[in-house]
Amino acid sequence: MIPQEIIWEVVRLTLYVVGLIAFAAFNAAYLSLAERKVPALFQLRYGPKEVGPYGLLQPVADGLKLMSKQLLVQDGTDVFLFKLAPVMVIVPAVMCLAVIPFSETVSARNISLGLLAVFSFSSVHVLGTMLGGWASYNKYASIAAARVVAQNIAYEIPLLLVVVALVMATHTCNLHEIVDQQAGAFWHWNVFRFQVSPLMPVSFLLFFICMLAEANRAPFDMYEAESELVAGAFTEYSGMGFGLFFIAEYANIVVGCSMATVLFLGGWHCPFGLLPGLHWFLIKLYVLCFCVIWVRWSFPRTQFYTLLNLSWKLLIPLAFINLVLTAVMLKIFG
Amino acid sequence: MSLTPVVMHSYLEAAVFVSFVVATLLGAIFAVASRRLVRCVCGLALSFMGLSGLYYYLQSPFLALMQILIYVGAICITIMFAMMLTDPQDQRLPRGRGMVLEAACLLVAGLMAVGLIVLICRAGWPVTSAPATPVDTFKELGRALLYRYGFAFEVMSVVLLLASLGALVVARGGRRAKP
Repeated sequence: MIPQEIIWEVVRLTLYVVGLIAFAAFNAAYLSLAERKVPALFQLRYGPKEVGPYGLLQPVADGLKLMSKQLLVQDGTDVFLFKLAPVMVIVPAVMCLAVIPFSETVSARNISLGLLAVFSFSSVHVLGTMLGGWASYNKYASIAAARVVAQNIAYEIPLLLVVVALVMATHTCNLHEIVDQQAGAFWHWNVFRFQVSPLMPVSFLLFFICMLAEANRAPFDMYEAESELVAGAFTEYSGMGFGLFFIAEYANIVVGCSMATVLFLGGWHCPFGLLPGLHWFLIKLYVLCFCVIWVRWSFPRTQFYTLLNLSWKLLIPLAFINLVLTAVMLKIFG
Repeated sequence: MSLTPVVMHSYLEAAVFVSFVVATLLGAIFAVASRRLVRCVCGLALSFMGLSGLYYYLQSPFLALMQILIYVGAICITIMFAMMLTDPQDQRLPRGRGMVLEAACLLVAGLMAVGLIVLICRAGWPVTSAPATPVDTFKELGRALLYRYGFAFEVMSVVLLLASLGALVVARGGRRAKP
């Protein structure tokens, strides 16, 4: 019977999305703790250690603080857009997470255009950040809004070019199928598929760099740049308004790292062909997240012109070379 | 209860469809009527979102996603970018734009609407039976673009190339003109 099925499907999807929002919030909480603990390790200090054992309850305290703060709205702001912006940033991130297959069974919908869905939804969050910056009616926030747009336009192009080359090699946009093609040991992963394109590791690196820039992470965090722009687009946000941006930022990192895992690192498959499952996906995901934090604390922030030059003069030509090479290789050997 | 589950199911579908239609229309009205440029662009984005929902209802999820990726993710953001470069703290547009102009706009828009409605009502809508298996739109579209509509595809790419070259020429001139 159709109706019963549909009701269950709606219930299942609702529960799954609630779970995903919880997952995003949990990641924001504990990745932000990692963000403080990991550099503490690099810089030979302790980091937060007062709240709970080893400071493990610090995110709870941070969350309580954010939630108990007043939401201030200044004069001159466009109130509607100001309040809409955090929502517009977080909803696309959750929608992306809904499409990503965490394991063979853990995914909301196995849709045939999953890859495209992730990239089209994730392109919306730029609009949200930009609106937040613009609606704040603050000079720092306006500069940040202009920056975030320029940066995201510049880095979306090489990102999509890399992905197009990958889709040419995999012949599908279905994320489940892409992962299944990489079953087995680690030399089946897309990063090491040299027979498709000898530039595959390079394209993984390109993807990772562009992902950092799309998620606005250091060294590309030009829109937040706390030493130049106070807090960039979030300057005027207080309490959970800021909190939502914060959750969205980490959710975007998780989406980016998940996509890198799915597209290049074999998804839920084990490097040695043993016991595939959710745990392998999470291990790969968090290793990549660690790399993201590692990069942030190892490299200084770039200048804005360097950032744009890097994309237009280096990454886009490289991505094009990769695309053409993949096409030629596929024509000859495919 | 008169609402049997099957009826409710079709109601659910209809409700989602109507919400997409309302989003499209409301967004379009916002885009035209708002006095703040940024809100106009937001209305445009909402309208594009609704339109992508309509594409989804027309059984072309590929087109729906591309609509979001290109129109919301690129076009709207580019418009915003242009606005940011010219006028970051925007001024409100003046309310009246001249009675004659407004009347002319209303007249043209009304005529267009009536014409379209008449056309839609008169056109025969041949109902082709839906294919039993869902068509892989992705591959079909690629094949159609490169075989059947190959010439149009190439012409469009030439147009885009010319546009980008033109943009480069204009930008170059601007840079040289600077003291």
